[in-house]
Amino acid sequence: MNFSWDRFVSGLPQAYKLFGRMFPPNIAPDKLDLISTGMLETIQIAIIATTVGVFLSLPLAVMAARNLSPSWLAASARVFIAVCRSFHPVIVSILFVKAVGFGALAGVLALIVSSLGFIGKLFAEVLEELNEKQVEAVRSTGAGFFSVLIMAVMPQVFARFIGLSAYQFDSNLRNSTMVGIVGGGGIGAALFTAYQRFDYDVVLTILILIIALIMFAELLSNILKRIFR
Amino acid sequence: MNRSLQIVNAQHWERLSATERMGRAVFYIITVVAFIWALKKIEVIPEFLYDAPEQTADLFKRMWPFDWNFYPENIHPALIETFHIATLGTLISLLIAVPLAFLAARNFTSSKTLNWTAQFIFVSTRSVNSLIWALLFVAIFGPGALAGVLSIAFRSIGFVGKLFGEAIEEANRGPIEALTSCGAPRSILLVKGYWPQVSPAFWSVALLRWDINIRESAVLGLVGAGGIGVALESAMNNLYWDQVGLILAIIFMVVIVTEIVTSSIRSRII
Repeated sequence: MNFSWDRFVSGLPQAYKLFGRMFPPNIAPDKLDLISTGMLETIQIAIIATTVGVFLSLPLAVMAARNLSPSWLAASARVFIAVCRSFHPVIVSILFVKAVGFGALAGVLALIVSSLGFIGKLFAEVLEELNEKQVEAVRSTGAGFFSVLIMAVMPQVFARFIGLSAYQFDSNLRNSTMVGIVGGGGIGAALFTAYQRFDYDVVLTILILIIALIMFAELLSNILKRIFR
Repeated sequence: MNRSLQIVNAQHWERLSATERMGRAVFYIITVVAFIWALKKIEVIPEFLYDAPEQTADLFKRMWPFDWNFYPENIHPALIETFHIATLGTLISLLIAVPLAFLAARNFTSSKTLNWTAQFIFVSTRSVNSLIWALLFVAIFGPGALAGVLSIAFRSIGFVGKLFGEAIEEANRGPIEALTSCGAPRSILLVKGYWPQVSPAFWSVALLRWDINIRESAVLGLVGAGGIGVALESAMNNLYWDQVGLILAIIFMVVIVTEIVTSSIRSRII
């Protein structure tokens, strides 16, 4: 693959120089202003993409679960999920940047697609492991399809669903820091600009903030899991 | 579900206690408020939206038919490089993450400081995306596959470490106590006590990560870190959408094939 030890060694002084230029992190007010706008946009992208993605993936997962829907529907839903899953969010956002232009909307749409792929697949699997007895019990009272969903299916799987959604919010946050590199809005745009201008101290500030944000999100999702145990 | 079943009074059953219901209500309210806030604040440029259907149609029209002449000399070597990056990156991350996972597992390492250090390394490597790691490594080692391998490796440390560490923590205490009571040293404890219990988790995490890394290494080239992404980037910059379409189709096929391969390996060894 054409890399050698020499190449690695020659990189080390470069790394030293890079870290030298990164420290101390740049906290000039004008930069912070720029960064906070980007961070807020990243959070907004993640919130919208997760909410919409989760709501859309609910029916999608029900369609894809082989024990709840007819086989032709399940098969086509599965293909759709596989397509959503197989492209990296960055590639999807490249396509959306072309379709709806630069900005947050492209990022939101790309992350909705990846949420559909992830939650759709895992939640369908959860649904397939359902305990059939409760479903039959409710069905035997003459309940319709939606009543069965609400009374027999949801109580069994809701906690897992919330857990998956929390995880998806986490990974959407992480990915929304990245879609900006290809023009999908959010902090990634600021990060990439700073990188291209060799403002490595700004890059470090942004990286620290991203890590803090993800840690905070992880804390939130732990609290959430405790509430919906 | 039984855990939360409780009797409020003799005639009346409730699934949730009052605090649980409060917690849920607060969560719903926060979600709705956050969603509305985000929708109101987010900047969407409406002018771009008007011609979105046209642009999309145009995009697909330009992608078809694929430019197959592009494949032998440009895509194929890049595709092989992508495989190498993903595989080598996964291997390096396993080498680093496994010892760290043992340090992070509270039942194996009793020092709180070591636990937290390992956890911190996991969270920070995980929260920085592979694309962003790639930016850093391209700045250090220059563009090319080396930067790609390292960024894949670093991004995976947190993932593998976290999941594998959790698996170690869930290990059954019985065999380990039995070994300790015989006076077994820590190395034996590791090989005979922990490893047999956690090896299925290890293989499944490693396979899962390899699968993900194939996907991730396909985009690393966008920032110059080698692999098929480089071909994608140059095709896009030249607006050769028929080449872009071909690359996307190939990435799609590769991802599907790796998924089939990993799931068949998984069902065979675990």
